[in-house]
Amino acid sequence: MFNEFFSRQDLLLIKPAVLLALFGCGILLTDLLHERRHKYLNAVTALLGLGFTGVQLALIQRAMSAAGYSEVSGFSGGLVVDGFALYFTWIFLIATAIAILFSVRYLEVENEHHGEYYALMLFSLVGMYFLATAMDLITLFIGLETMALSVYVLAGFLRGDRRSNEAAMKYFLLGAFSSGILAYGFSLLYGLTGSTNLRAVADALVARPSGDPVVYLALITTATGLLFKVAAVPFHQWAPDAYEGAPTSITGFMSTAPKAAAFAFLLRVFLVPLAPLRPAWEGLLVVVCVLTMVVGNLAAISQNNTKRLFAYSSISHVGYMLLGLVAGNETGLKGIAVYLLVYVFMNLGIFTVLVALRRKDIIGDEIEDLSGLFFKNPVSAVFMLIFLLSLAGIPPTAGFLGKYFIFLSLIETRHYVLAVIAVVFVVVALYYYFRLVVMMFMREATDPERLNISPGVAVALAITLAMTLVIGIYPEPFIRLAAGSVLVPFR
Amino acid sequence: MLDQFFFYIFASVILLGGLLTITRRSAVHSAIFLIATLLGIAGLFLHLQAEFLAGVQVILYVGGIMVLFLFVIMLVNLDQAARQRQFNRQWWLALLAAAAVCGEALYGLYRGRGAFTFPGAVPGNMPPNTQAVGNALYQNYMLPFEVASIMLLVAMVGAVVMAKKRL
Repeated sequence: MFNEFFSRQDLLLIKPAVLLALFGCGILLTDLLHERRHKYLNAVTALLGLGFTGVQLALIQRAMSAAGYSEVSGFSGGLVVDGFALYFTWIFLIATAIAILFSVRYLEVENEHHGEYYALMLFSLVGMYFLATAMDLITLFIGLETMALSVYVLAGFLRGDRRSNEAAMKYFLLGAFSSGILAYGFSLLYGLTGSTNLRAVADALVARPSGDPVVYLALITTATGLLFKVAAVPFHQWAPDAYEGAPTSITGFMSTAPKAAAFAFLLRVFLVPLAPLRPAWEGLLVVVCVLTMVVGNLAAISQNNTKRLFAYSSISHVGYMLLGLVAGNETGLKGIAVYLLVYVFMNLGIFTVLVALRRKDIIGDEIEDLSGLFFKNPVSAVFMLIFLLSLAGIPPTAGFLGKYFIFLSLIETRHYVLAVIAVVFVVVALYYYFRLVVMMFMREATDPERLNISPGVAVALAITLAMTLVIGIYPEPFIRLAAGSVLVPFR
Repeated sequence: MLDQFFFYIFASVILLGGLLTITRRSAVHSAIFLIATLLGIAGLFLHLQAEFLAGVQVILYVGGIMVLFLFVIMLVNLDQAARQRQFNRQWWLALLAAAAVCGEALYGLYRGRGAFTFPGAVPGNMPPNTQAVGNALYQNYMLPFEVASIMLLVAMVGAVVMAKKRL
């Protein structure tokens, strides 16, 4: 009698999340067995869990392509695994794996090496998986909260550090507040349509007469909640404080995997249930995009803390990515997918170097701490230069490719003014990225202490640099992957 | 008629309780008024013939969570908190913004009140619906129900990590 509600196919579709949750619980238990100096074994377990999940994901992918399905849904339409979901899940897995690689030595230096860190990372991945696959308002919301709760705790993981506590508190309060607004929007959508399934919501909204004020109320509250989660201006104030106070390894993680997950969530909600309201939200989004690019880039100029600077830089990148949604054609959506993939690698590369700057007694998150890096450790300085060039979007690097598709989509859809504004702010971004370059290459070193390059950091650096260059020089396979992930807007 | 009478009673209990919760200086008073608010909400659920929700509201929120709240309040140093300024200087700006948002929401809901489609009221008493809630949770909403367990595990682990001095 149970088969009616839970089939083998349902089990197959949630298997990646089940594996992640099991490995998370496993880490909590095996952590007790490891001695203090063997805590790195927790990271090995976590990476093993990510490996198993990746294999499971590849198996699902192969079964789907063997059977010729482009999407499979389960739980009576509450969950769907399609190209979009698979692509984003791969991004989450890769970003988390790299973040785990550079966390080990950092946590040892901070003297807060506990298994809970890795377990919470895996639990947040469970939430992300449901953000990418869920087709139901309730599942989406619970997935979001699972991810967010884990990241709040991770942001406050350095319990002895006041800044870390403050970051966690601020992040938690504003996150809870924005979730409240989002829940209000979802409840209005449910009240208007009588269903929590995204496609049923879209069907019911199409049938509504246009200009209905309650529909606008639902749209605005939902959009506010979503834009809060991706830290778009004017809902960005939490990001710099949370990024600055959080442990550097978690700042790197926060600015990639959860950000990509929030984007998956935003795209899914805007392109399925809210797609019929496109004329209403397009103008709203244009204003948000322009503000995000302007405020993100201008505020980054005057920052003296590298983590704060990259917080504002990540805000401005959100502005570029949202432009792809404004254009809304296939190029634009493909552009967002490419941009996010590229952004994950280059941003994690930057944070790998920043993590290596944290040594005993040196916090390493002021811009001055980068000075003379070229003379101390030429390899990491050159790597950092390449990542910065990529963030700015200079040709042979991967960052150019992301911006290229976004600009192309804007021109295809005749948003010339927006394209011009976007290009102008690329120049502004160059300025503050090159402030760091000047520090690294033209200043004397202020402290003689060597960099902290552990094996994990070295591997993370190698992977991120290789991907930043490979995607930039030979982009075809990655563009094909991204094209397979484009979500067809609901009509 | 009687329906409306009860609705307004419960609604005013909720609103008054909420207002007093955030304006009282003493944390214990705030907690007591929060209990009144939560009881008002339980009353509204009962009024809508959702007896399961009303029961859960009373048992979990009033019985469980609020007792914990009061315990915490007793353990922290209240005198110091009571002496600090309760609102920051921009409270009037916040009040204006909140009033504006509230006005917009009210206007939207009032203009679009015909848009909500509710099944008409059933005359007389509805059959008990606790079983229906259970069926929905374990059948159509099985997945979010299970994911919520992971969320609660995260919350528990997180609380221990944040609160324990030495791990």
